[in-house]
Amino acid sequence: MEYTLPEQFEEFADARKAGFLRVKGLKEQGHKVAGIFCTFTPTEILDAAGFVSVSLCGMSDETIPAAESHLPKNMCPLIKSSYGFALTDKCPYTYFSDLIVGETTCDGKKKMYEMLNDIKPTYILHLPQGYDSDPVTVWTAELRRFIQYLEEHFDVTITDDMLREAARKRNEQRRTHLKLMELQKQTPPPLGGMQMYATMEGVGFVFTHEERIAKLNALRESVEANADTSAFAGAKRIMVTGCPIGGVLGKTVKAIEQSGGVVVCFENCSGIKAAYQMVDTEAEDIVKAIAERYLQIGCSVMTPNKERMKMIPKFVEEFKVDGIVEVDLQACTPYCVETFKVKQLADQLNIPYLAVETDYSQSDSGQLATRMEAFLEML
Amino acid sequence: MNYYIGIDIGSTCAKTVVMDENKTILHRLLQPTGWSSVDTAQAIHEKLEALGVDFAQAKVVATGYGRISVPYADKCVTEITCHGRGTCFVYGSENLTVIDIGGQDTKLISVENGMVKDFIMNDKCSAGTGRFLEVMANTLGLRPEELCQLAASGGGISISSMCTVFAESEVISLIGRGEAKENIAYAVVDSIVKKVASQAGRLTLGKTVCLTGGLCEFDYLCESLSKKLGVSVNTNPDGRYAGAIGAALSAMNIRK
Repeated sequence: MEYTLPEQFEEFADARKAGFLRVKGLKEQGHKVAGIFCTFTPTEILDAAGFVSVSLCGMSDETIPAAESHLPKNMCPLIKSSYGFALTDKCPYTYFSDLIVGETTCDGKKKMYEMLNDIKPTYILHLPQGYDSDPVTVWTAELRRFIQYLEEHFDVTITDDMLREAARKRNEQRRTHLKLMELQKQTPPPLGGMQMYATMEGVGFVFTHEERIAKLNALRESVEANADTSAFAGAKRIMVTGCPIGGVLGKTVKAIEQSGGVVVCFENCSGIKAAYQMVDTEAEDIVKAIAERYLQIGCSVMTPNKERMKMIPKFVEEFKVDGIVEVDLQACTPYCVETFKVKQLADQLNIPYLAVETDYSQSDSGQLATRMEAFLEML
Repeated sequence: MNYYIGIDIGSTCAKTVVMDENKTILHRLLQPTGWSSVDTAQAIHEKLEALGVDFAQAKVVATGYGRISVPYADKCVTEITCHGRGTCFVYGSENLTVIDIGGQDTKLISVENGMVKDFIMNDKCSAGTGRFLEVMANTLGLRPEELCQLAASGGGISISSMCTVFAESEVISLIGRGEAKENIAYAVVDSIVKKVASQAGRLTLGKTVCLTGGLCEFDYLCESLSKKLGVSVNTNPDGRYAGAIGAALSAMNIRK
């Protein structure tokens, strides 16, 4: 099948051109592409349906002005950026997506998905947002509805065996990823947070199971063999928690690591938050087992968010954390409100806590650097 | 004789303090930062030399938003740490809460046993800062200190916008409506106090609360802050030098 590139393709920088050609190549090999936004997306189902899943979360302010022609100004930059990329055809993965999958997570995202559907077919899974009213039954039914939708619209059959196989592979990826992240439990840690984050992000753009496992293992082995542990000797050990931070790394993680700290644990979406829960692949009902696995993710869209409150103390202890820095994106109501509870939790743990709210611009980088520096001087 | 120099380059004012090894303050300098922190740092260097400070015998710590623009500084320390340290020195106490209303930042710092335990700073927005007061005073054709004096005799209205830009248009419409100047001045001070108090709600206030920064000489502001927080807010003529004093004290820890 022939796939066409966007009209303005020739104006793009080389890296973006390469991205477009790469996804075009994937499509030409017969792969279907699913654009996803969230750790709640049941990737096992997409794997079983033969889709390649790629995160479409926008990490740059480049497309925000375009997005603001449709979306309010005072809104999460990640949502605006992602929508802007879809609107302007600047992201290869959005552009070539056969389907976008969203969930009813935060208000901003779910309303944005409604509008995104006018640009690309967007399927929305209704995520239960609490634990009191039998979420497993509701979420399992949602996953079955999704399976049925894929079968009807994409001419595929999804069997339980295929889901079990997909779950085994995803579990293996999670375990391998976790092993890499757990290297940071060492004192001093072998990697800086900036490097660790780059590997976490990079893995999202490796598309086959075997390649992903090989890449993660190779990374871990090379760190184990060559790490210069003296680089972070004596550095204060920081846990970063809160919103997805790919778009604000320089202002936050880099600032921490330039002020005498080292990020040993990312309790964020692309970090440990969604990497340690496994699917019970032996369960009788595999769809239900997948549903149960995703409901353990401690995201602040859950009310109350008891999993996060259990996870933070656990990882503070395991990673020997000296201080917690919460990085939230502007206007992220769920996470910004939850800072108050996380602060109370940190006080109970007797661990210093700093919360900052930022967006994708550079205008507050000086102020943020001062805060990070002051926080580290305090530790 | 050794000199310990603390230079606090804020967004509006640059404060300099020179101490000897007995922590006696030898000199205090105050000047507007202007548009170039580098030029300001140079001007401070020249002034100190004219006062007889021998830089060969000096240790310099720079702090404040322009701290990286002091080429002759031996070290940079953030204003949070310096304000904590300096305020303890000024008030002779190791356990206190600092409220620093600066040009572009308002910070609350809680200090225990002489160490910063926790702090809160405003985000990008300049509501509740010195800049907010300055903009509002300009709109009313007053100097900031005049606005604060006038506010004491006003009352009855409030400004709802926390944003400086929107608050300014709100003030303009109040002027247009013929509202008395003292009432508008009251609303401006009230808005700063409310903003600071809501930040304070996120921090455990100690028994001793001290105001530092340029506004600590404004009696009415302190008074209404005390009322709102329910504790007596202390002020001191050296309050605006707290950051520079903290920096000078930090300079004593630098090894030769």
